Amino acid sequence: MSGHSTYEPKTGIERWLDTRLPIVRFAHDTALSFPTPKNLNYWWTFGGILALMLGIQLVTGIVLAMHYVPHVDYAFASVERIMRDVNYGWLIRYMHANGASMFFLAVYIHMIRNLYYGSYKAPREVLWILGCLIYLAMMATAFIGYVLPWGQMSFHGAVVITNLFGALPIIGTPITTWLWGGFAVDNPTLNRFFSLHYLLPFVIAGLVVLHIWALHVPGNNNPTGVNVKSENDTVPFHPYYTVKDGFAIAVFMLLYASFVFYNPNVLGHADNYIPANPLVTPAHIVPEWYFLPFYAILRAVPDKLGGVLLMFGAIATLFVLPWLDTSKVRSMRYRPTARLYFFIFVLAALVLGFCGGKLPDDPVIFQPSGLMLLDADINSFVWLSRVATLYFFAYFWIILPVLGLTETPLPVPESISEPVLSHPATTPAGAVASPEKRG
Amino acid sequence: MLRKAIALAALGLAFLGSPALAAHPKPVERDVAWSFDGPFGKFDTAQLQRGYKVYREVCAACHSMHLLSFRNLGEKGGPFYDPEYPNSNDNPYVKSLAKDIQVPDIDQDTGDAITRPAMPADRFPSPFPNEPAARASNGGALPPDLSVIAKGREGGPNYIYSLMTGYRDAPAGLTLSPGQHYNVSMNGDLTSAWKGDHHKVPPGGVVAMPPPLAAGKVTFDDGSPSTVEQQAKDVSAFLYWAAEPKMMERKQFGLGAMIYLLFFTVLLYFSYRRIWKNVAH
Ligand code: HEC
Ligand code: HEM
Repeated sequence: MSGHSTYEPKTGIERWLDTRLPIVRFAHDTALSFPTPKNLNYWWTFGGILALMLGIQLVTGIVLAMHYVPHVDYAFASVERIMRDVNYGWLIRYMHANGASMFFLAVYIHMIRNLYYGSYKAPREVLWILGCLIYLAMMATAFIGYVLPWGQMSFHGAVVITNLFGALPIIGTPITTWLWGGFAVDNPTLNRFFSLHYLLPFVIAGLVVLHIWALHVPGNNNPTGVNVKSENDTVPFHPYYTVKDGFAIAVFMLLYASFVFYNPNVLGHADNYIPANPLVTPAHIVPEWYFLPFYAILRAVPDKLGGVLLMFGAIATLFVLPWLDTSKVRSMRYRPTARLYFFIFVLAALVLGFCGGKLPDDPVIFQPSGLMLLDADINSFVWLSRVATLYFFAYFWIILPVLGLTETPLPVPESISEPVLSHPATTPAGAVASPEKRG
Repeated sequence: MLRKAIALAALGLAFLGSPALAAHPKPVERDVAWSFDGPFGKFDTAQLQRGYKVYREVCAACHSMHLLSFRNLGEKGGPFYDPEYPNSNDNPYVKSLAKDIQVPDIDQDTGDAITRPAMPADRFPSPFPNEPAARASNGGALPPDLSVIAKGREGGPNYIYSLMTGYRDAPAGLTLSPGQHYNVSMNGDLTSAWKGDHHKVPPGGVVAMPPPLAAGKVTFDDGSPSTVEQQAKDVSAFLYWAAEPKMMERKQFGLGAMIYLLFFTVLLYFSYRRIWKNVAH
C-alpha cells in the first residue's frame, strides 16, 4: 500500500492473476512483507488480538443467530436452549458473551497504548479517528447485544440507555419513540436491536479495513515515537511480528479460555438470568463493566441532560484529541511530566469505572458512626466520580494543550536503531526477556 | 521517585475507598464445599438424585421448572444418566420417573383437555395454570421458576442453601405482615420495618415462602439422613445442575483447551525467541 512491493509471483497462475487483480500482491504486501519498526513492544500486540476477537465474535454470533429467537416471549428461553440443546451451544454462547468483554479489554489497552506513545499525532490522525469510530460502533454493538438475551438487566438497561436520548430537548421524545418502534421498550425494540446487532459488526469490519489501510500509509508508530529513518529500523512483518503477535494472542487466549471454561458468568450480572419483567425493576441497574466509566460520568451530573451531554462529550473529546495535544514529541518516554499526568489519567479512568458500579450515594470511605471526618454528602461515590470526571476532561482540554507548550521534554533519539543499539537498558518495557540471552 | 510516590498514594486512596459500608447489614451467606467447585469439580450423582427428590416432593408444589424436560434427568452429567442409554428418552428409570407425573395434553380424537402420564420428552409441568393462580395460592407472592435460579441469584447454590436454612423467629422489633417470614439470608433491607435500635438492623429480609423444608420431610432412597441441612444442600446442588447442566462437559473440554493453548503458547514463545535471536530490538 505504501508504494513498495517485494512480491514476485512464482507460478503461472499467480502471474496471470497479478496482471488482472493483484490481490495476492496486496495480501503479501499488507500481511507479510510490510516493513515494521523492530522495536515494537508487547503493547503493540493488541491490534492483532483485536482482529482475532472481531473474527471470533462474528463466527460465534452468526452461529448464535441460527438458533436465537428475537421475540420477547422466546428470546430468554432460546438463549437457554442454545446452552442446553444445541451441540456445543454452551461453548458458542459463553465464547460470545465473554468475547465481548475480552474485546473491550483489548481495545482499552490498545487505546491507552496510543495515548501513551502519542500514536494519534500527525500523520496518524485519520487512523486514530477511525479507531474512535470502531470503538463507538463496538459500544453500540455490545449494548444492543446485551439486550438480546432479554433478561432483567437487558431490559432495564435498554430502558435506561434509550431514555437518555429522551433528555434531549424537543427531538428527545421522537427519537426514543423511533428507537423503540413504539412507546416503550418492547418486541419491536428487540427485533430491530437484533437486526442492528447483526449489521453493526460488519460495519466494524469495514472500518477495520480502513483502519489498517490508514495504518499502512504512514506505517506503525513505535515506543520511541521517532519516525522510521531507514530500512535498518524495520523488519518485515512476517515472520517477526506474526510470531510475536501469535505468542501474545496465545497468552490472551489463555485468559479468555479461563473465563469461558471456568468462570463464564463472573463478568455478567446474575439478574440477567431472570427473564425480563417490565413491572419489576432491579434494585441496582448496572451496565456491563466496560461501560462503567461512562455510566459514572453520566451520574456525576445532577441534571440528566447535562449528564448525557457530558458522557457523549467524553467520547467526542477522543475524536479531537490529535488537535488538543500540542507537544511535538510523540512518546511519553521523553515527556516525564506528561507521563505523570498520564498515569493519573489512567487512574482516574479506573476510579470512574469503579464508581460506575457503586450506588452514587454510598460512602467512599467508611467512617465509624459518631466520627464524622467528611460530610456524608461529600463522602459519596457521586463526589468521587465528579473529581475523576473533572480530571478526565482536564487531562484532554487543559493539561495536554498546556503541557505541550510549557514542558521540556528529554532528548529524543535520532532514530529507532540508535537507542536500541546503544542502550540495551531501553529494551521495551514489557518484553519478557532480552533477546541477547539466546532463544 | 516523587512521581511514583504520588501515583502510589493515589492508588492507596482508591483502595481505601473500597470497603464501603452499606447502611444495612448484608444477608447471611453460608458457603458449602460443593463437589462441583473448582476447575475439576464434578456433580455428585447421588446428591443430584436426592436433590431431584426434594424438588419433586416439596418445591414442585409451588415452583415450576419450565426449561427442563424429564429426558434431561438422564443426560450425561445428569442425576439419572446411564451410559447404557445414550439417548435418555430410552432410559427406563427416566421413563418411570416421568410416568408418575401427570401432564396436560389435548385428546387427539375429541379435542378435549386431558392429562396423561408424562414421557421423557415432556417438560416438567407447572404447578399452577397461570400467574394469577400461582399468586392466589401464595398470598399474592409469585414463586419464581427454578430452572436457572442458581444462576439468577448472586451466590448461586450457596445462596439457595442459605435461604433454605436461614429461617429464624423474627426478632422483637421487626413487624411482619401476615404471610411473611423472616429469613437471615433473604436479599433485602429491613431498615423500614425495624422498630429497634437504628444501628442494629437485623440482617436478611422477609420472604413470602413458608419454610419449605423440615426434618424427615423427604425419605432418601440411599439412606442419607433427612435433615434440613441435607435436604437444603441436595436441592441446591440439583438446582445448580439444572441451571448449568453442561458444567462437567465445559470443565472437561476446558482442561483440554487449556493444555492445548499452553503447549501452543510455549511453542510460540520459543519460536519467537529463535526468530528474533539476531535482531537487536
Ligand atoms: C408453599 C409454596 C412454596 C414451596 C413449597 C416452596 N416455595 Fe420457594 N417460593 C415460594 C414463594 C411464594 C416465593 C416468592 C417469595 C417472595 O417473593 O417473597 C418463593 C421463592 C423462592 C426462591 C427465590 C427467593 C429470592 O431470592 O427471591 C427460591 C430460591 C425458592 N423459593 C426455592 C425453593 C425451594 C428450593 C423449594 C423446595 C425446597 C421451595 N422454594 C419450595 C413458595 C414456595
Ligand atoms: C463486534 C462484535 C460483537 C460484539 C461486541 C457482540 C456483543 C454481544 C453481547 C455483549 C451479547 C450479550 C451476551 C449475553 O450476555 O448473552 C451478544 C449477544 C448476541 N450476539 Fe453478539 N456481538 C458481536 C457480534 C455479533 C455478530 C456478528 C452476530 C451475528 C451475526 C451476533 C449475534 C448475537 C446473538 C444472536 C446474541 C444473543 C445470544 C446471547 O445473548 O448469547 N453478535 N453479543
